[in-house]
Amino acid sequence: MNECYLGVDIGSISTKAVVIDNHNHIVASQYIWTEGNPIKAVKKLIKEIKCQLPRNVIIKGIGTTGSARKLIGLMLDANIVKNEITAHAIGTLAFYPKTRTILEIGGQDSKIILIKDGIIVDYSMNTLCAAGTGAFLSSQAKRLGIDIEDFGKLALKSVSPVKIAARCTVFAESDLVHKAQVGYKKEDIIAGLCRSIVINYLNNVGKGKKISGPIVFQGGVSKNVGVLKYFKEILNEDIIVDENSHLMGAIGIALLARKYKTGKTYDLSMVDVSFETKGFECSDCSNNCEVLKIYKDSKLIDAWGSKCHKY
Amino acid sequence: MGNYHIPVKYLFSKILKVEVMSSPPITSKTVELGTKYSPDFVCTPFKYTLGTFLECLEKGANILVQAGGGCRYGYYSELQEQILNDLGYNFEYINLVTKGKTSIKHIIKELKKINPHLRQVKLFYYGLIAKQMVKYMDKIDNFIRENIGFEVEENSFINLQNKMLRRFSKVKSLYQLRKIYKKYLKEFKEIKVNKGEHPLKIGIIGELYTVMEPFANYYLEKLLASYNIEIKRFTNVHYLLFEKKRKVKKYLKDAKKYIKYRMGADASDNIGRTKYLCENGYDGIIHIKSSFCTPEIGAMPIINKICNIYNVPVIFFSFDANTSEVGIKTRIEAFYDMLEMRRGK
Repeated sequence: MNECYLGVDIGSISTKAVVIDNHNHIVASQYIWTEGNPIKAVKKLIKEIKCQLPRNVIIKGIGTTGSARKLIGLMLDANIVKNEITAHAIGTLAFYPKTRTILEIGGQDSKIILIKDGIIVDYSMNTLCAAGTGAFLSSQAKRLGIDIEDFGKLALKSVSPVKIAARCTVFAESDLVHKAQVGYKKEDIIAGLCRSIVINYLNNVGKGKKISGPIVFQGGVSKNVGVLKYFKEILNEDIIVDENSHLMGAIGIALLARKYKTGKTYDLSMVDVSFETKGFECSDCSNNCEVLKIYKDSKLIDAWGSKCHKY
Repeated sequence: MGNYHIPVKYLFSKILKVEVMSSPPITSKTVELGTKYSPDFVCTPFKYTLGTFLECLEKGANILVQAGGGCRYGYYSELQEQILNDLGYNFEYINLVTKGKTSIKHIIKELKKINPHLRQVKLFYYGLIAKQMVKYMDKIDNFIRENIGFEVEENSFINLQNKMLRRFSKVKSLYQLRKIYKKYLKEFKEIKVNKGEHPLKIGIIGELYTVMEPFANYYLEKLLASYNIEIKRFTNVHYLLFEKKRKVKKYLKDAKKYIKYRMGADASDNIGRTKYLCENGYDGIIHIKSSFCTPEIGAMPIINKICNIYNVPVIFFSFDANTSEVGIKTRIEAFYDMLEMRRGK
């Protein structure tokens, strides 16, 4: 029997799952859109993973990460639930042990992780604004009528990217509209946008952080060759983008699931049970907490959000 | 703010001969009320205190007391009085700090407005008791912060603290207060804790209101304690009222390499504290402030620089009236993982 571990990374935009074995080989992997419904997305994802798995594989551990990690962790009965910052670092270090800096741009958040001698020494995550994240890029691609997958390639065609205000998505968008109406070419505008994302990232997330090589770039946006080009140009360093860069969080959490395995064997058909959430506002005191109750097979298994211990 | 309503209520009810109402605990409703009637870009403490005033007025209070100073906070009272007047409330407003300045003379004058028969001897005597009470409370608080993450029996610290505070609110003399404090200090030290040899230690610094009011920092200390972390916090009311003047000079001297002039509010203190924490074996520093807090924004790059030099990780949080709690938890969890990993090296 081949003992394997499942890592699930449920992000705001996409949901990723990876199955690894004891030798860091990826046995199965899948990447789908979350579409605002993490429970449905994970159910679909696990079904697709199950089809990919060879017959002799048994799952000995499950880990969840990403913004819906707690909910899905409960649903899958995961043995480890960890934040995406740690998961990304662990995943990257398994493949690139010499990494010093990890740049990560995902759907709604972006982060930078600094590593020294194989351990995280500093990190930072965007705080207020989503400017320079995948969600902004994909909404702009839609507005310009371009497929998000061609976005980067188109940016490479440009010889003189336009300058775009990078501070905030709202300003960036009005700047984009303005530049388009004045008559700039589409590829120049797109290249400018890619460049502004890099500048915004370095000014906000990377502020005050010492970026040194080897640098690994990951998260969904790392697939965008335009953004990659400007990172290389501005940092003046070579940047590694792994072919599985978009899966790194899931790989990391699978590795952690392996590290903290409990000996329990998991059956993936468990996602077929009904899993529901009900939200309501408790009005027993003036805190008016929004409480979320979670039902598995119509049985209440947990409730979140209350400030007291009532639920 | 925190438990400080106890000594304040004690003092006023003794000297003013009026019924003193402690403000209700801050809840989401307080913040909502305060935000509704505050300018949008004012710092969060303004919203919290205004919300509290509104709740008190609704409950029937007719005298409001405000005291504060140091930064923009010094001008809160004038603006808050105006806003409340415009809303049509009827009340008397006692402002112990005007235009960011105060003196004992001024305080007596203001208090005499409420109780014309106020005797200065009485004010000084009960003032002293209240001062000592704050001092003892802060000392106990510091002890709790260092140990609560390791308690064996859940809530043992909080329960004992509540008991002590109830006794405090009924004291009659300085001597009695001291006796109660000694008794409880002994009991606190006897609470069973399971503290390993080298627990993780974190220092919390930042803007004073956010640091001191648990609701404003999303119960950060409670969250850290759940990770078994020893917490060091400098700012408390006793520090602000009685120690600050002296300590700031010391901080400025200690950190003179990084700071030359006073920066307003607690910014220069926090720079000195950063250096202290870095030099005294703390694993990490958490800096918190309310959004738009100008003095702290000025201090942040310097704090960052000091931490870089000493190679101590630091994390910054800005809290507004509507920050998502989940995002804070994610970052704190990652911060904790990182500190653990650094330790494991």
